[in-house]
Amino acid sequence: MTLIKANVVVKLKSAVHDPQGETIRHALEQLELGQIESVRQGKFFELTVEASSKEEAEKIVREVALRVLSNPVLEVFQVEIES
Amino acid sequence: MPRFAVCVFPGSNCEEDVQYALQNILGEPTDLVWHKDTSLEGYDAAILPGGFAHGDYLRPGAVARFSPIMTAVQKMANAGKPVIGICNGFQMLQEAGLLPGAMLRNQTLTYICRYLYLSPEQRDSPLTVGLTEGEILRIPIGHADGNYYADDETLEALERNDQVVFRYVNAQGARDDTANPNGAANAIAGVRNERGNVLGLMPHPDRCYQEELGTADGRKLFGSLITWTKERT
Repeated sequence: MTLIKANVVVKLKSAVHDPQGETIRHALEQLELGQIESVRQGKFFELTVEASSKEEAEKIVREVALRVLSNPVLEVFQVEIES
Repeated sequence: MPRFAVCVFPGSNCEEDVQYALQNILGEPTDLVWHKDTSLEGYDAAILPGGFAHGDYLRPGAVARFSPIMTAVQKMANAGKPVIGICNGFQMLQEAGLLPGAMLRNQTLTYICRYLYLSPEQRDSPLTVGLTEGEILRIPIGHADGNYYADDETLEALERNDQVVFRYVNAQGARDDTANPNGAANAIAGVRNERGNVLGLMPHPDRCYQEELGTADGRKLFGSLITWTKERT
């Protein structure tokens, strides 16, 4: 068993309006740092998993992301296993 | 005589208001039940109160749904007994999959705490059975995440099945943009499950059960819950 690091990004489904991202985009307009067309805000999680393989770690993290870290009604997630 | 249970989570802050309304104002035995308890045996209805259960970290209600008591709540729901979620309790029921939809941050991005008007859309629900036809309620809200969201298909099903129990309206009882405080889809303030025994709402009947609190309309909702529960025990 080794410790394997995983990153999980949770974001709103593209069809869901994101009032926080929209507010950030408005603020960016004031900065005149170039044209920012849209901003979507999400959440980022770093997990350290004890597993026998990367495949097993990914399976566990996907389950955690689906059942706890995201709400499937609103959100989607991406899992990345660090090498 | 029915017994009511109010489930208490670390960070709940409305459990005593609910208990006071049911027990002291309306005279029904009501117990506070800790979230680590595993049984609601002997209770005829359960209420999940408002607050910030487990600090509302991750998402409101997301951690609370894994509290041991939620297994007993699920059991009550399956048995057809009334399960009511108020504000944070509503969010828990959504996270637990007992009610459809989810809450987005309020469109204003602010915590909103104020009185507003509600239209009871159904009168055969555990919280509205005692209301008169066409009655508009004045009840306060206090939340940051009450912007009801469900995909189009779910919204259509909710409307078709008469699952929308409360909507935000103006003082005249009409839907308009100023009456919807948080951007909720279809101005939804409360929904029930298909069976009709699980009901969640964002407004707080537990903050308005006597005139001294600005309105006593909340008492009508608790009165309905008592009537509904007695008819079924």
